[in-house]
Amino acid sequence: MEEVNALMQGFGVALSPLNLLLMFVGVILGIIIGVLPGLGGANGVAILLPLTFSMAQQPGGTTSAIILLSCIYWGALFGGAITSILFNIPGEPWSVATTFDGHPLAQHGRAGSALTAAFTSSFIGALIAVIMITFLSPVVAGFALQFGPPEFFSVYLLTFCAFVGMSGGNAAKTVASMMIGFALAAVGLDSVTGTLRLTFGFTSLLKGFDFLIAVIGLFGIGEILETLEEGLAFKGASAKINMKVVLETWKELPRYWATSLRSAAVGCFMGIVPGGATPASFMSYGLARRLSKDGHDFGSGKVEGVVAPETAAHAAGTSALLPMITLGVPGSPTAAVLLGGLLIWGLQPGPLLFVEKPDFVWGLIASMYLGNIAGLIVVLTCVPLFAAILRIPFSIIAPVIIVICAIGAYTVHNSMFDVYLMVVFGMIGYAFKKLGYPLAPMVLALVLGDRAEENFRNAIKGSQGDMLVFFSNGLVGGLTGLALLLLFWPLIRAGWRLMLGKS
Amino acid sequence: MESEQQRSAASVKAVEIGVAAVIFLFGALVVFDSYRLGARWGDDGPQAGYFPFYVGLFICASGTAIFVRALRNTAFAAESFVSRDELKKILTVLVPTVVYVSVIGYLGFYVASTVYIAYFMWHLGKYAWIKIAPVSIGVSVAFFLIFEIWFSVPLPKGPLEAALGLN
Repeated sequence: MEEVNALMQGFGVALSPLNLLLMFVGVILGIIIGVLPGLGGANGVAILLPLTFSMAQQPGGTTSAIILLSCIYWGALFGGAITSILFNIPGEPWSVATTFDGHPLAQHGRAGSALTAAFTSSFIGALIAVIMITFLSPVVAGFALQFGPPEFFSVYLLTFCAFVGMSGGNAAKTVASMMIGFALAAVGLDSVTGTLRLTFGFTSLLKGFDFLIAVIGLFGIGEILETLEEGLAFKGASAKINMKVVLETWKELPRYWATSLRSAAVGCFMGIVPGGATPASFMSYGLARRLSKDGHDFGSGKVEGVVAPETAAHAAGTSALLPMITLGVPGSPTAAVLLGGLLIWGLQPGPLLFVEKPDFVWGLIASMYLGNIAGLIVVLTCVPLFAAILRIPFSIIAPVIIVICAIGAYTVHNSMFDVYLMVVFGMIGYAFKKLGYPLAPMVLALVLGDRAEENFRNAIKGSQGDMLVFFSNGLVGGLTGLALLLLFWPLIRAGWRLMLGKS
Repeated sequence: MESEQQRSAASVKAVEIGVAAVIFLFGALVVFDSYRLGARWGDDGPQAGYFPFYVGLFICASGTAIFVRALRNTAFAAESFVSRDELKKILTVLVPTVVYVSVIGYLGFYVASTVYIAYFMWHLGKYAWIKIAPVSIGVSVAFFLIFEIWFSVPLPKGPLEAALGLN
């Protein structure tokens, strides 16, 4: 029960008045970010990250900073449901599945029930994931303490291979996006040899590309351009929600316990494997439709059809933080931005964090419990306010969001060049999204590129260039093997089906 | 019949092929520079270009795969990537945005942002100036208070702030 003690100490850290205030501020900002087009968890956190630089320098400040940023993340997860249900606009990709039954419910005048169901199941999904994190992360971290460079590289390999094998889209496009991320991460001064790489004589490239700029451009500006094209008639259902509706819906929800548990399990698993929340939400919606007794009515407005994707998305979004704090491998773009934050504040994410900064880790985990409770309270009481944000005309909100993105990009390094880069990344993001290139692998490669390369170099240096070092013992061999299995999973599955078909 | 607005400005095939070619060229650039730096085994381990060299090769390979696939796909030719109307909409946002970020250095963040928001409201929203002025100025003043005073994060300032003594 060591974890429980540590967690209680964490609650002590998280329950300070300042941290509680930051939690509510974070959740409210997060919901606004989740509701607004062009701002989402990843770029919202990226824009606000520079504001925490000075906060993180005070004693205990890094914990407050991560609480603020992670609560923005929870808020954004909640916010996505609001736009999906009321406006049929998924604010985040993982809320797409929520629109299937959520919006029909709202059209039938049951917006209150749909929202209550969505928020409550989000909360339950997150809660189950946090409980899993509480008990599993010390185990994973302890295990990872034995890791050397080959093991760390094979974990990175696993992460990236999972993207290729599990994405389901065009594998070449996933590889292209990921490798462009690695190449951009390599730009600038090479810390090992001190040589300049890929700068081609441009002094502004010396520092390399900051992933925060890429995130703000790719997701922020890119999305504004995309939204613009779709036309902007936000026609929303009204967002009346009162205690009576909430209680009635809560009475109905226990009926769907099986769906909840199944979706939470899918979410927890998919969240740890990168690629995360979006496929998890679709998968559990699909499973619920197949397994529920009124599955054939899904799509016409079933509360259960809201419960399934929301539980899974929130569970996945939360459990994406497990590999981030234990291994230093983020499971989602937003987790990647949080990881970047840790690096900027001078913390080394990874197994040692549990040993060296227990206050920080357990404060963060405790804040996940509290932040989600705060989130549930805020969304249930203030939905109409947040829905009103979407009624602000696009011709006002769009330039304001672009200005916010520009300020965010500038403040990362106080550099105008970054603002220009942001616009370029925005155009790339628009083109890539329309052509079906996934953006998450690029962001993850940008964040992890240097660390992956460093571990790769150290590993093969140790083995004098022998690539078999990645199979040198059971642990690293198993990780590498699993990575290759995931990489070729689509081929293996196709081959398997072919064999079965022939026999 | 397709109206003038819905006519395609570019097919998916053309854009797909173009982007794949750019990706290939980018990969080639990475390979080229890594090779120049040395992509082999040095005296003290892998040389600086070792890792990016293979990254570049992967980029070239994936670019080629996407290129070939797009070339073979006949459905892409008929599909529209962006219609003229959509392209026009995108450009009405993109062009002012490019202008906006390029004048920030001269006018400062706050003045440039005010003008940018005002332009949007005037051009896209067709608002009257009586509404445009308070919103655009109000937003910039709010940002000034938040960033300069509350968070003490200084943003670039221009002649107006200098004249007002706000630097």
